[in-house]
Amino acid sequence: MRIGVLALQGAFAEHAARFSSLGAETFEIRKAADLDGRFDGLVIPGGESTTMTKLLHDLGLFEILREKISGGFPVMGTCAGLIVLARRVEGGGPCLATMDITAVRNAYGRQLGSFETVAPFAGVGEVPMTFIRAPCVRDPGEGVEVLAVVNGRVVAVREGNQLALAFHPELDSDTRIHEFFLAMVAGN
Amino acid sequence: MTENRPKLNKELAQMLKGGVIMDVTTPEQAKIAEDAGACAVMALERIPADIRAAGGVSRMSDPKMIKGIQAAVSIPVMAKVRIGHFVEAQILEAIEIDYIDESEVLSPADDVYHIDKTQFQVPFVCGARNLGEALRRVAEGATMIRTKGEAGTGDVVQAVRHMRTMQSEIRMVAGMREDELYEAAKQFQVPYDLIRFVHENKKLPVVNFAAGGVATPADAALMMQLGAEGVFVGSGIFKSGNPAKRAAACVKAVTNYNNPKMLAELSEDLGAAMVGINAEEIAVLLAERGQ
Repeated sequence: MRIGVLALQGAFAEHAARFSSLGAETFEIRKAADLDGRFDGLVIPGGESTTMTKLLHDLGLFEILREKISGGFPVMGTCAGLIVLARRVEGGGPCLATMDITAVRNAYGRQLGSFETVAPFAGVGEVPMTFIRAPCVRDPGEGVEVLAVVNGRVVAVREGNQLALAFHPELDSDTRIHEFFLAMVAGN
Repeated sequence: MTENRPKLNKELAQMLKGGVIMDVTTPEQAKIAEDAGACAVMALERIPADIRAAGGVSRMSDPKMIKGIQAAVSIPVMAKVRIGHFVEAQILEAIEIDYIDESEVLSPADDVYHIDKTQFQVPFVCGARNLGEALRRVAEGATMIRTKGEAGTGDVVQAVRHMRTMQSEIRMVAGMREDELYEAAKQFQVPYDLIRFVHENKKLPVVNFAAGGVATPADAALMMQLGAEGVFVGSGIFKSGNPAKRAAACVKAVTNYNNPKMLAELSEDLGAAMVGINAEEIAVLLAERGQ
């Protein structure tokens, strides 16, 4: 299995290391030519969504990725990646807009609002969750399955082959969320 | 809900990796930086080149000015305090700054002690010229390190020297026998457990950016190729002919730092770079503050 990790900015190395440890092959996506080879799944990591949005456009990746994801290509977005996938963005403009959710940017405020918790994730069980200046999900559309809720806020959703998380599974030692995504990719 | 601030604060720095943090003095400049793709901004009243030109005592910025920048952008906002000035840090924590830079660019408030950063909830980034300085700052609670370089010069030579020194010292520690680490801790004047971390992981325990004298996309890419995990660009942007274009070019250069063809394209037609001064021609070396 070959996973492309969007490596424009942010914590992409952590995702790549995790997928490698689970036996998947990974490669970094920094420009359009990097998308030429065959691959099975895409990861949009944490970082700054404004930076990634700007670079997706400037580096000619935006249209290619939007078409791919709209066509059902498996993708996992974490934190900034969730914002990049959201159709509606509170506190900013939408980016790829492939997922029928509203992303609320900086939903917990500034860095002092960052926190860790353990909460149930549908089909996986209790998992550690790290929220760093995190967004949350509002108004999930009809086709969107809610996978995790923390303090009344939706923090993990799935729509078709798109998985979006407000937290950072790549920062904790628990590997089950990445395995969950690999199973999604394998099932595609 | 658990609370592990040092871990969360290190992790915010991880989210900044591969990005450019830009010095800004007004909400308008902050917006230009955000639109150009900056992953964070450093709010300060005067950029280092002007601090250097003006001389005198340089202090923490007016909190009102910092709040104006916090209101203007959605990306993290950092601000500087003087070395050792823990009350300036308390003030920045009170306005919920995202990262405090305990910075040699401002006039030091304490010529012996740095701030005990473990006493704060907000994260700190500190400058370092070598592995010893970096690990001493980490021991004091810094959750991000940057090279000092020589701020406000537009001359990258010191940033290169500091990054090379740090990386070569990391390689040296990584290659040691385990029984040599005790002596290394003594030589570097740092706690043994931090030397041990470097030995085992071949890297600093926190994210390491480059700073001080970066003025062009090529400078930014150079620092990345030398091992920086991201870049601070201070005076280089808003002292140049076309700040918006230069800022965007630096952001792209940091993402594609290993792609000479793209670096060539984005180095074209950027207008005048900041004039700069040679680091050896200046009287006050900011990098020597706070060892």
